[in-house]
Amino acid sequence: MSPVLEMKGVTRLYPGTPPVPALRGIDLRIAEGELVSVVGPSGSGKSTLLHIMGTLDRPSAGTIRVSGFDVGRMSDRQLSALRAQRIGFVFQQFHLLDAETALDNVADGLLYTGRPAVERRRLARETLEKVGLAHRVHQHASKLSGGERQRVAVARAIVGRPALVLADEPTGNLDSHSSDAIVALLEELNAEGITMVVITHNPEIAARFPRRVALRDGLVEADEANAKGAP
Amino acid sequence: MSGNGLAPSRMHVADVLRTAGVGLRTRKLRAGLSALGIMIGIASLVAVLGLSESSKSDLLAQIDRLGTNLLVVQAGQGIGLGSAELPDTASAMVSRIGPVEEVSATGTLDANVYRTDLVPSSQSGGISVRAVETDLLLTLGGRIAAGRFLDEVAAEYPAVVLGSVAAERLGITDLDDRPLVWLGGQWFPVVGLLDPIDLSPDLDRAALVTQAAAEEYLGYDGVPSALYVRTDPDWVDAVMSVLPPTVNPENPDQVEVSRPTDALEAKAAAESAFTNLFLGLGAVALLVGGVGIANVMVISVLERRAEIGLRRALGATRRHVAVQFLLEALLLAAVGGVGGVLLGTGVTAAYARIRGWGLLIPSLALWGGLTAALLIGTIAGFYPAMRAARLSPTEALRTT
Ligand SMILES: Nc1ncnc2c1ncn2[C@@H]1O[C@H](COP(=O)(O)OP(=O)(O)O)[C@@H](O)[C@H]1O
Ligand SMILES: [Mg+2]
Repeated sequence: MSPVLEMKGVTRLYPGTPPVPALRGIDLRIAEGELVSVVGPSGSGKSTLLHIMGTLDRPSAGTIRVSGFDVGRMSDRQLSALRAQRIGFVFQQFHLLDAETALDNVADGLLYTGRPAVERRRLARETLEKVGLAHRVHQHASKLSGGERQRVAVARAIVGRPALVLADEPTGNLDSHSSDAIVALLEELNAEGITMVVITHNPEIAARFPRRVALRDGLVEADEANAKGAP
Repeated sequence: MSGNGLAPSRMHVADVLRTAGVGLRTRKLRAGLSALGIMIGIASLVAVLGLSESSKSDLLAQIDRLGTNLLVVQAGQGIGLGSAELPDTASAMVSRIGPVEEVSATGTLDANVYRTDLVPSSQSGGISVRAVETDLLLTLGGRIAAGRFLDEVAAEYPAVVLGSVAAERLGITDLDDRPLVWLGGQWFPVVGLLDPIDLSPDLDRAALVTQAAAEEYLGYDGVPSALYVRTDPDWVDAVMSVLPPTVNPENPDQVEVSRPTDALEAKAAAESAFTNLFLGLGAVALLVGGVGIANVMVISVLERRAEIGLRRALGATRRHVAVQFLLEALLLAAVGGVGGVLLGTGVTAAYARIRGWGLLIPSLALWGGLTAALLIGTIAGFYPAMRAARLSPTEALRTT
């Protein structure tokens, strides 16, 4: 099966004196349907890696293919289209628009695809039901609890059925109860076939996921399959 | 294109407008205040143009009503010209000029007017006494405020009509208690009060008596000091040029001919000059409003970095981001522009009503006002929009 994501020799050097080598040569293949955790100490390059996977940033050297597209040869506009149609993001800070309802926030996940408004709202409603927020559809984002906000954000990331969902510490701002629920939701969505890469500080979560990539100082320190352990 | 069926990011127009309105909806007070700057600028431009146009049209209507065919003939008042009097044949000579329709002569009398006979005669109160013909009011297009004008019946008896200022100075507001004035050493009943006479304000400060009464009681010698002449409107210039030699064939240069409506026209022109000054001030207000919008937009871009990053992650292109912020500035300016046009129109309407003018706002002020607002909005929004668009997605999403 062709990989959803393929990185070869990816480096990222932040300018400065001296320059900061955030990534120092990453080779990584992620196949369709995988659920991968990325762990590592603070400053090890996890976020930088995720940004490059999501085409929000470009590598200083090396190649990366996402969903079959050679990112290095695409223009900024083309990368925007790639993100709109093939990549979903979940952030630690949720990044919801507080003035909008849950429904509109999720529908915004399709805002730049050019799909008609009616269709966007229908898909958004279905997705909110899927993440268990059917009763919160018309609630303003500012009125939701942290766990609910992250569910809305997850719904927004998957509403377009992207080839790849990238989450940067999605449970970092949640209590343990909400955190467990979000992880369970991600596992559920993965079981339906969505490929996911999740950065986490939580070793329990990393141990639950089928594959674990550990970074240290901008290099892959370990890339291992977990024995299909019970949650 | 990359070739494998990836459609470019695109947005529906309705969504473009909705996202541009996010900043306005979520920060209403700030949006309102920054739109207020533009609103005040546009309102003052519209009001200045509207007021000047309304007052000018009122003045022109007044000139029209009064007629530009009234001429005033007076003795020249230059140095060494001796007594300021016209020849006593003047009135008869002028009425022989073909296009002249009416001539009304007045003479100045050396007499004073008082409310009582007790005031020392050195205090004249600034009221002059004129011997006039009974057709004077008609010739001037003046109006009676109370009572009647002098007529042939009254010609033989002492009777006086007061100009508006003269009446006020003498403390006479109505004729109910049959007021008398002490004029030239004798009691004269006041038979009429005049409205202000726009074409000859000097008569507002005068007490008018008939020539017959003036000769009878005040020693008037019948020599006129001024002639009021109505001509055929098509021949005004020609009549103006023949009047001096007709009035005084020997010394035509001792005769002054003037056209009172010229002064009103000069007043209209002077008001235009003021208008330009105020327009300049309005433009400055508008500029300040534009700077306010630019300022608010720069702050908005800084505050909404995370939103910009999110939108880029959701697939917005740089252009989508730029358009969103540019349009937000335009919306702010448009709100201010529409509000300003409404406010300016309201102010003009209210003031015109108070002054009794017709409301007249040049359409240039309305369209120009809106266009100026949108132009200012574009300029004010351009730099912040470019900054927002240039922000890299990772930079925008960084939390520190
Ligand atoms: N924009 C940037 N400019 C300069 N240095 C950066 C920037 N972003 C991250 N870094 C540096 O790159 C390294 C990796 O950062 P990051 O990818 O955020 O690590 P992690 O997410 O694992 O904590 C850190 O040393 C960090 O200080
Ligand atoms: Mg990080």
